[in-house]
Amino acid sequence: MAKIPVQFRLNGSDRAAFVDAPETLLNTLRRGLGDFAPKYGCGQGACGVCTVLIDGEPHLSCLTLSVACEGKRIETASGMADGPDLHPLQAQFMEHFAAQCGFCTPGMLTVARALLDRNPNPTRDEVIEAISGNICRCTGYEPIVAAILAAAGSPGMRRSEGGRHA
Amino acid sequence: MARHEGRGMASVNYPIGMNLGGDPSQALIHSNPDGKFTVALSAIDLGQGMKQVSRQIAAETLGVPIEDVHVDTADSDTGPHDMGSFASRGTHRMGNAIIVAAREARGVLLEAAAEELEVDAGDLVTDGRGNIHVRGAPSRAITVKATAQAAQFKQGKTIAGRGIFLIPLSAVDAETGEMNPNTAFAHACLVADVAVDDETGEVEVLRMTSAYELGRVINPRMVEQQLVGGAWMGMSHALYETPEPYYPNPEHGPRDFNEYLMPGPGEIAPYHVTVLERPAPDGPYGGKGPGEMCANPVLPAIANAVYNAVGVRVDELPITPEKILRGLQANGGVKPGPRRGGPVNWR
Ligand code: FES
Ligand code: FES
Repeated sequence: MAKIPVQFRLNGSDRAAFVDAPETLLNTLRRGLGDFAPKYGCGQGACGVCTVLIDGEPHLSCLTLSVACEGKRIETASGMADGPDLHPLQAQFMEHFAAQCGFCTPGMLTVARALLDRNPNPTRDEVIEAISGNICRCTGYEPIVAAILAAAGSPGMRRSEGGRHA
Repeated sequence: MARHEGRGMASVNYPIGMNLGGDPSQALIHSNPDGKFTVALSAIDLGQGMKQVSRQIAAETLGVPIEDVHVDTADSDTGPHDMGSFASRGTHRMGNAIIVAAREARGVLLEAAAEELEVDAGDLVTDGRGNIHVRGAPSRAITVKATAQAAQFKQGKTIAGRGIFLIPLSAVDAETGEMNPNTAFAHACLVADVAVDDETGEVEVLRMTSAYELGRVINPRMVEQQLVGGAWMGMSHALYETPEPYYPNPEHGPRDFNEYLMPGPGEIAPYHVTVLERPAPDGPYGGKGPGEMCANPVLPAIANAVYNAVGVRVDELPITPEKILRGLQANGGVKPGPRRGGPVNWR
């Protein structure tokens, strides 16, 4: 099968890959472009661990075709820190011990980032709703909810690249 | 058609590690010429915090700053032997092995420093900030780094230590079946408050309150996070998860993750934990470890709370709405037990 070229912005840089038509964005990010923040959990849309932002909106990259991402802005948890400066969400996840094994963390950070982009002061219920598509096996969710609520109130919350336009 | 509240309690006496013993852990420690130490282990940190706890125990025993200790659990092919990360044994078994290794390495470190300072090693102490000095004379000092370099490049010494911890396998008496399951025991008690809907059979966990006795709590925040996460998992096992809902009949089992039920963030029950510390005589700095017992008491406590709420005794997990409704039918309706204890006042 002929490979198809696809170009998009990944965490602020222009990137290109040759993909097969049925290739998922998750596969292109991990195997093609070496961005290992989005994880392969279930591969069927059930766990949220592969979540990335596409033009500021959370999408499950295991169910997204790479060819559909031509010209889009893709953001993953790898692009959240600004050099050595952690994103407030990352800092609060550390502060609140919101990770044990850490497998769910990139997905949780990503849906939380999308939430705070569109709703800088969410209620507890809004936080719970935002992360309800993401499974965490270790923390019991409470530390994650607490971390997101704390980040919402913290100074220096930066909007994601796509989120500015949302 | 109503919701019925009930309260249940469970206690657990939990043996740490394989409870007939015979499960060794080894640790190897060596210093690098920059004065930093590497602890090699083959047990893996799955997120429970073993690396951090190992690091704390090693730094404390060596007498060096924690940031100068690196824990390497990279490869069980090349690392020292370990039975593994299971049975809540990490802190206790590996911690004890690390202490033995770190004591030996510290001994060599102090000998090397003694040679440089031309004093007796027995007169030396560490300040925990990277210096070694003569007891009572802080100016007669050498850094750990300079000592490591002298050992490596001048004295031709390795600053290293080997450690193993083994509770020997208990023999079982063929006549009486008697054996010694004794190792460090941790203890907990948990109270679950639930509401059971007699129309839908659904159980809501309203809150959980517990007390855990875990020996010395070596890293309080990590213990807390393990207890909180583990309680959620216990609730999930009690009420939701099963690959075989009609075991041994394979029908209706989940075929993939989409069909495997687990509670989500919307089902979080407020949870209050009190941790009691009674340092264990054979534990590393008195530590035992929370591990699996984070989840254990939740299951019987919820089962007892359901029984207290509606009089249905479910003895197969998970406690599904179907089992409750069948139980209510068999009992001819709701038979609530007496209310136990007062209102919970932590929330
Ligand atoms: S891997 Fe995409 S939702 Fe689980
Ligand atoms: S921290 Fe392990 S799955 Fe969330």
